[in-house]
Amino acid sequence: MLVFMGVIACYLVVALALPLYAILSKSFKNNDGEFVGLANYLEYFNTPSLTYSIQNSLTISIITTLISVTIAFTLAYGLSRSCMRLKGLFKIIALVPILVPSLLPGIALVYLFGRQGLIKELLFGHDIYGPIGIVISEVFFTLPHALIIIMTALSIADARLYEAAQSLNAGKVKTFFTVTLPGARYGLISAGFVVFTLTITDFGAPKVIGGDFNVLATDIYKQVIGQQNFEMGAVVSLILLLPAGVAFTVDRIMQRKQVALLSARAVAYEPKPSTSFDWIMFSWATIVSIFILTILGTCQYAALIKFYPYDLTLSLKNYQFDLMDGGGWESFYNSLELACWTAVIGTVLVFLGAYMVEKGKGFHLGRSLFQFLAMLPMAVPGLVLGLAYIFFFNSPNNPLNFLYHTMAILVISTVTHFYTVAHLTAVTALKQMDPEFESVASSLKTPFYRTFTRITVPVCLPAILDISIYLFVNAMTTVSAVVFLYGPHTSLASVAVLNMDDAGDIAPAAAMGMMIFYTNASVRILHGLLSRGVLRKTQSWRSR
Amino acid sequence: MKFTKFLAAAVMTGVMASPVFAATELTVYTAVEAEDLKKYAERFNEDHPDININWVRDSTGIVTAKLLAEKENPQADVIWGLAATSLLLMKSEDMLEPYAPAGLDGLDSKFRDKSEPPTWTGMDAWVAAICVNTVEAEANNLPMPASWQDLTNPVYKGHIAMPNPNSSGTGFLDVSSWLQIFGEDDGWAFMDGLHQNIHHYTHSGSKPCKQAASGEVAIGVSFAFRGAKSKADGAPLEIIIPSEGIGWDMEATAIVKGTDNMEAAKTLVDWSITDKANMMYNEGYAVIGKQALAKPVEHFPSNIPESMIDNDFEWAANNRKRILAEWQKRYDSKSEPKS
Repeated sequence: MLVFMGVIACYLVVALALPLYAILSKSFKNNDGEFVGLANYLEYFNTPSLTYSIQNSLTISIITTLISVTIAFTLAYGLSRSCMRLKGLFKIIALVPILVPSLLPGIALVYLFGRQGLIKELLFGHDIYGPIGIVISEVFFTLPHALIIIMTALSIADARLYEAAQSLNAGKVKTFFTVTLPGARYGLISAGFVVFTLTITDFGAPKVIGGDFNVLATDIYKQVIGQQNFEMGAVVSLILLLPAGVAFTVDRIMQRKQVALLSARAVAYEPKPSTSFDWIMFSWATIVSIFILTILGTCQYAALIKFYPYDLTLSLKNYQFDLMDGGGWESFYNSLELACWTAVIGTVLVFLGAYMVEKGKGFHLGRSLFQFLAMLPMAVPGLVLGLAYIFFFNSPNNPLNFLYHTMAILVISTVTHFYTVAHLTAVTALKQMDPEFESVASSLKTPFYRTFTRITVPVCLPAILDISIYLFVNAMTTVSAVVFLYGPHTSLASVAVLNMDDAGDIAPAAAMGMMIFYTNASVRILHGLLSRGVLRKTQSWRSR
Repeated sequence: MKFTKFLAAAVMTGVMASPVFAATELTVYTAVEAEDLKKYAERFNEDHPDININWVRDSTGIVTAKLLAEKENPQADVIWGLAATSLLLMKSEDMLEPYAPAGLDGLDSKFRDKSEPPTWTGMDAWVAAICVNTVEAEANNLPMPASWQDLTNPVYKGHIAMPNPNSSGTGFLDVSSWLQIFGEDDGWAFMDGLHQNIHHYTHSGSKPCKQAASGEVAIGVSFAFRGAKSKADGAPLEIIIPSEGIGWDMEATAIVKGTDNMEAAKTLVDWSITDKANMMYNEGYAVIGKQALAKPVEHFPSNIPESMIDNDFEWAANNRKRILAEWQKRYDSKSEPKS
């Protein structure tokens, strides 16, 4: 067992800790690799056009956080506390943005609000290229993440509190502010930090729709790709690491303060029908759904138009990816391959790792160190990870150098990038299992791997499936880490979207983005069917 | 008998065609337009079927960054189709293998590295140009610009896109050529004026023209090749060659120092300056390394060769860092509230 844990810990050290150290040391060196202390940092802070980006990034992220969390909260409130119709459908639609790359809303906004935009009048002369475009895209992109967290927070409500409020003659508004909001506060805070981190580290939306509004994430790209200034890229990376790291740390501390709201005696809250309230919520959910569907629909429409806006005949011309930048259809198949490998290898690695942390005995220091390493990827932006991988893996002194430009390095970086959420899912599932299983097993002298395969895995199968779909979907959509790492034979669909948009081939970019969406949606549906089948088979013990 | 002969022939061709037949794999880094790559490899394979090209294609900036990042451990064997300015950068880092390809004498003297033997040889020139969307120009009452200076006219305010020189090779080509055409002081003064009219700076050099083609902006500062392509696709575009002259850069070829496939690399570089290769470049580019062979290209303005300035690539490469820093200081915070 110790051996297993050692192997996975080694993985995290090699795939995470060492590359991060490489990028840190790079930021203190000059172009020739000599140590120059803080010179790069001084140069950074003496270049106003670079430091402006800090302010820009913070502004965008804070505004997005406020808007996204507000929308998510109101929507989640409607979904959990009203009796409106079509709840299931609204929920599915609201979760759709998870399935598309963050570049896609930006592309849709160009078609909707650009110079030739279908509904550009709605902006009243404002320019979509810039902060407005970035914020709309980021709200689209972060909404499902916020919604999932807040839904969970709102779903655990104790009906007795509401009954108490009613008997104390508290009005609806008062009840909302004294019972509902405080009950959901940890969810709201957590959602806020997640949205903030996602936005400040996202690179897709500002790249596509940001115009000349510089943010930290695009600065890293510009320093590295445009000016080949790797040292400055490393400096900006570390600066981007700061706010993301702070947000993450504060969130973890807050989470620790949270106490169980749902005691054993709690009674589940059941919403009562109320015509006016249900209608308001229904209208609101409809508006949010229309927003999401419009973005998707616009992209599909744009992908099928021959030459917008001068030739509106339908054609499949934009699907001739082989004639465009970005790697052609091969990149799509590469993405599928990456997603499959990431899902399989990642799930095994994450689940085993979580098992060691949760069910392992003794070796306490090692386990907490491992837990720390597993939480770390959440705070590391993808671009930073990608850049760190170049520095670390392409160094000729590195025996792992052969991995450079292979599918393997893409799989490693993607698994590492999305490790934390997968790890938390696994830990949560494992925590639900009584440690008695292990105690009984060891007193019966059953080896741990038998308990693991016979009991732990079957019981945790729903969580395992969730982890694999999470990794698959994200491997299909991610751009940030892999944009620095793909090689001659490993171009990826998501990067192709970026490169085609970059070259001005925006319609083919939309077409490829929609291919990613359809793939993820099909896999998601397949996953749903599979889970249902598996659940029936392995989880029947849950019901009597 | 006849049948066996046929069979033998069939087997032979089968063997010849199959890549298993001792093919050398060459990793070739390039910034050539994606739609042309297949053609380039096919034409080369007509003469050298035993060498298999593995393309690594990206925009100029990204390919250059990749090559520099891999300096300690190069992955590429050959670079075929990258800006000469980028190759000069690599030359100064001692990353290129000096090699005089067969038939070097036939090449225009502008189209080769000045060192002996040269570290790179040119293929074709890509030249700056202004793409104007005629429909949008009419709708917004914009006059046709005829010179670079015209673009500073306030009527164009918010109608022009140009590539950011910090991320685009074409953008740097524009800026470095303006500084050469107008001189340093007047060059920056011109850009100050132009900056007032810029709607946005793009990351890539072809995007301004593609955006002009789709009406996202009325005017895109880009390169002629891209404009001609979009025009061929049916975009309402006019390609303007400004009267002051135009900046240009070459697509060029070089061997990466330390390649394991030196023989095959030399074969490819030899081929890249043959007449056949030059005629192939001419299908898309008006100005090529052996200009005597060049035929006019459809949708290309005819006055390109005489409009090309006497571009000092060494100067541009040596001053690149300084120019980019100055540009960034002046213009790279376009969206900042202006004080």
